[in-house]
Amino acid sequence: MNIKTAVVGTAMDRVDGVAKVTGQARYAGEYPQAGLLHGSVVSSTIARGRVLSIDTAQALSVPGVIAVLDHAHRPRISSYDDDYSDADSAEGTPFRPLFNDRVLYSGQPLALVVAQSLELARYAGSLVKVEYLEEPHETDLASVLDKTHPAPAETPAPRGDFTGQFANAAVQVDATYLTANEHHNPMEPHASTVLYQADGSLEIHDKTQGTQNCQDYLHKVFDLPKEKVRVLAAFVGGAFGSGLRPQYQLPLAVMAALHLQRSVRVTLTRQQMFTFGYRPRTQQRLRLGADSQGRLLAIAHDALGQTSRFEDFTEHLVEWSGMLYQCDNVALSYRLAPLDVYTPLDMRAPGAASGMIALECAMDELACAADIDPLELRRRNFAAINGNEGKPYSSKELLACYDQGAQRFGWGNRRPQPRSMRHGQQLVGWGMAGGVWEAMQMKASAKARIDGAGHLTVSSATTDIGTGTYTVMTQIAADAAGARVQDVTFVLGDSSLPTAPLQGGSFTVSSVGSAVRQACLALRSKVLAHARQHYPEVGKAPVEKITFADGYLQAGNHRLALADIVASAPEGFFEVQVEAAPSAKRKPFATATHCAVFVEVQVDEDLGSVKVTRVVSAVAAGRVVNPKTARSQILGGVIWGIGMALHEATQTDHRLGRILNHNLAEYHIPVNADSGEIEVIFVEEHDDIVNELGSKGVGEIGVVGVAAAVANAIYHATGKRVREFPITLDKLL
Amino acid sequence: MTPFSYHKPASVGEAVGLADVSSRFIAGGTNLVDLMKENVVRPERLIDITGLGLNGIQATANGGVLIGALVSNAELAWASVIEQHYPLLAEAILAGASPQLRNMASTGGNLLQRTRCYYFYDTGTPCNKREPGSGCPARTGLNRIHAILGASDACVATHPSDMCVALAALEAVVHVQGRAGKRQIPFADFHRLPGDAPERDNQLAADELITALELPPPTFEDHYRYLKIRDRASYAFALVSVAAGLNLNGGVIQDARLALGGVAHKPWRDPAVERTLIGQAPTQALFTQAADALLQGAEPLAHNGFKVPLAQRAIVRALSDAALGAKARGATS
Repeated sequence: MNIKTAVVGTAMDRVDGVAKVTGQARYAGEYPQAGLLHGSVVSSTIARGRVLSIDTAQALSVPGVIAVLDHAHRPRISSYDDDYSDADSAEGTPFRPLFNDRVLYSGQPLALVVAQSLELARYAGSLVKVEYLEEPHETDLASVLDKTHPAPAETPAPRGDFTGQFANAAVQVDATYLTANEHHNPMEPHASTVLYQADGSLEIHDKTQGTQNCQDYLHKVFDLPKEKVRVLAAFVGGAFGSGLRPQYQLPLAVMAALHLQRSVRVTLTRQQMFTFGYRPRTQQRLRLGADSQGRLLAIAHDALGQTSRFEDFTEHLVEWSGMLYQCDNVALSYRLAPLDVYTPLDMRAPGAASGMIALECAMDELACAADIDPLELRRRNFAAINGNEGKPYSSKELLACYDQGAQRFGWGNRRPQPRSMRHGQQLVGWGMAGGVWEAMQMKASAKARIDGAGHLTVSSATTDIGTGTYTVMTQIAADAAGARVQDVTFVLGDSSLPTAPLQGGSFTVSSVGSAVRQACLALRSKVLAHARQHYPEVGKAPVEKITFADGYLQAGNHRLALADIVASAPEGFFEVQVEAAPSAKRKPFATATHCAVFVEVQVDEDLGSVKVTRVVSAVAAGRVVNPKTARSQILGGVIWGIGMALHEATQTDHRLGRILNHNLAEYHIPVNADSGEIEVIFVEEHDDIVNELGSKGVGEIGVVGVAAAVANAIYHATGKRVREFPITLDKLL
Repeated sequence: MTPFSYHKPASVGEAVGLADVSSRFIAGGTNLVDLMKENVVRPERLIDITGLGLNGIQATANGGVLIGALVSNAELAWASVIEQHYPLLAEAILAGASPQLRNMASTGGNLLQRTRCYYFYDTGTPCNKREPGSGCPARTGLNRIHAILGASDACVATHPSDMCVALAALEAVVHVQGRAGKRQIPFADFHRLPGDAPERDNQLAADELITALELPPPTFEDHYRYLKIRDRASYAFALVSVAAGLNLNGGVIQDARLALGGVAHKPWRDPAVERTLIGQAPTQALFTQAADALLQGAEPLAHNGFKVPLAQRAIVRALSDAALGAKARGATS
């Protein structure tokens, strides 16, 4: 049986694009129902203490207000930590909304006002009076540097002799970089619509990256049988990690629905989008020692991240420094500082986005100190083996990324001296950085079914957070089953579908895609087996002469529509469900995606304002399933990286212990005018080890390295090395 | 949002008759509706003035223009009379907000924008402007975007408008009408410094409605510059902005205007500083002196000290651009 790949690799439009741009795609907070009630969350204004009383009398007196829930007025919820844990939990005691009178952070949900309309609920919420017993709080990482502890992370053990090699290195860099708290802020705020069914079961439309994760959470927290809870997420308006854990609007909406035995929706405000997980602020010290030729002799990366008092959030912050470059003497450390804040949460390229700022800025500093071109320095330190694991990479076309990116950018024309290029009053700077992200694979299941009309329906409980999952799974399924794209429907975002992991980590194509492929191949085998029995001309044909493509089976000169074959089967359809797991082939190898980012900035010499005028991102991510959606992933990542470099920072008033720029006017992300042309190159990378698709995923890699490249370009433009991110113009005056 | 009643009067007289301290006029609503959603402003009555016909831009007898209060920011910026004869105003308007907001926002409403101080917007914190007497956490808190000039112990907020900085430089006149009748307020007097009553942004009485803006006869048609410096290239409020206008004759400055945005509770001008430019040749040294003079009384806070040198440099740049002339610096108009 020949397997052609006709659709995988083509730049197909999103299959859900029309539904999205015409408003037909419904998001979690958009499901209508007669009699639906609306909940509005009342949030704490102090960072730490106890709730003494919650006066709801005035709120309850507003006509149309149905109920106010708080820790003293709510349905029973579990008191066991384990029941609140989920597939992306941090170590510790997960946050339990409306559990007791403790205030753990400013912005904590303290009450839910339920009313006949959202406006009424919000108004009544403003009438709820909370009395607190305030306790001293601490929200500033910089003021608790003496109160840190080792992160419970599997940080690679030291190798070689960092101390000795660093001390004797001809060229040394020792620099500390600071990164800011950042909130995900997907366009769609978090929302849950709980539709209370006649039999008491719950059908829930939730903004999430894991419907089964949420189902399991509700099952445990509310002691509800799983079959009574169905969680759906047909469309998700961006998430970037914010939907990896069940967020508090979900249990609040369920509480209200159970309490009132009615359907309830809870939608968070934009301000409340700053009251749960975020990318944590870090302080990172990088020490690099190299010989006079720039070859790395010693690397130490010591990181400190903030976390909450109730959980120890960890991310892969320092690992990259032990694996991207060849170096035999490496020491990595990672500590946490607990604060009176909410627990951080994975955000696009968690750990890598922050950690690689430090490594790649330090590499630029090393290049300057050693008087070597920054790109050449990286070439000289290329690692074919992941030093953390002692394993070769299954593929690593990073050198091709360097070469093709540099060529497209024109890197060869760069003058090495800072402040040596200008355009009128604008100082021009060119900087670059490398990027890396793990290429993971998780267990995942998929079901494929083909009917007598030749329609192929493939399903898995994964989600599409805007990345293009509907589209790429359709492509993979069409190729594997030999069906036409227009005959394929991919169904996702439903906890009742075959098991899928959380959508995150750039492993959805790898994990769910492999399951989809296997299910469709198995389905094809079933169709073939039936065809060989039912049609003598197919039965006689040698198997290797039989092909499936475009909705037909071709056996020599005989061509049969898949629809007709399936229609002739006794049941009139075929169905297969498979679970795909990472292959043992992966074991001896390290697997990762890589990129090289080249950035041009213009910095006003008097006013300090920065514009990113040009970016070239060259990415090695194995086979690209859909160059169009993949390019969009990289573009989004690059723009995010520009934001990390120049704009994004959640600002906290540490005396109040409260985040204050909690709206999209004051929490700055880049606008179109902040960036010029962004060019994306996917370099050829063949990999038959990483997974059966040879595809590594592109969700994270686009952002990694970008902020460092921008910072390095700013240094090249101005001669100023700013190590505190974001690099706002006041730091360049 | 607090429940409110909605009224759509047919005449200015009817509108001002409905107005008192518990009401708000609404036109584009681009700022008011946000503030209502955040419970920062809680009117009991909304008086929709969009039916009052305050829409046109007309020539005045003395050669200026009268701009109806309901003319949208977009309409005003792209009106040919403004593009040709008041390009400083057009440049300032287009530096503000986003196209979508400018389509909705009205001329009168632009003057009445509230500050972007974080604390003002967050009902979970004290704020003297929002709740008089509750305190000002910004003075010792996050104050990177706050005032360096004219602030008080009670309030360090800045006025957010770009358009108003140009209007201050152009010496516009605000036409208002209240129950007691009509009056005209010179732009310099329209907005207030916070003093000990920061809840009052301007001189309007509760029943007074802005009906129009009057611009004097055209000036600074070639030698002008609105320079806005902000944390990103669009859809961000000014950290510092400068409206500069020069009249040059034979290489000598005949008249000069200089107004700053993003630094005070109102557009910041000092006619005495402007007078020092008159009769001089436009040089970098002269502009630097003027910049230093205008920032003389600056009192920066913990996080906004950078605004002083930034404003000085921005003034020099804006005046230099203005001196160059629109064509020479490649401006569109």
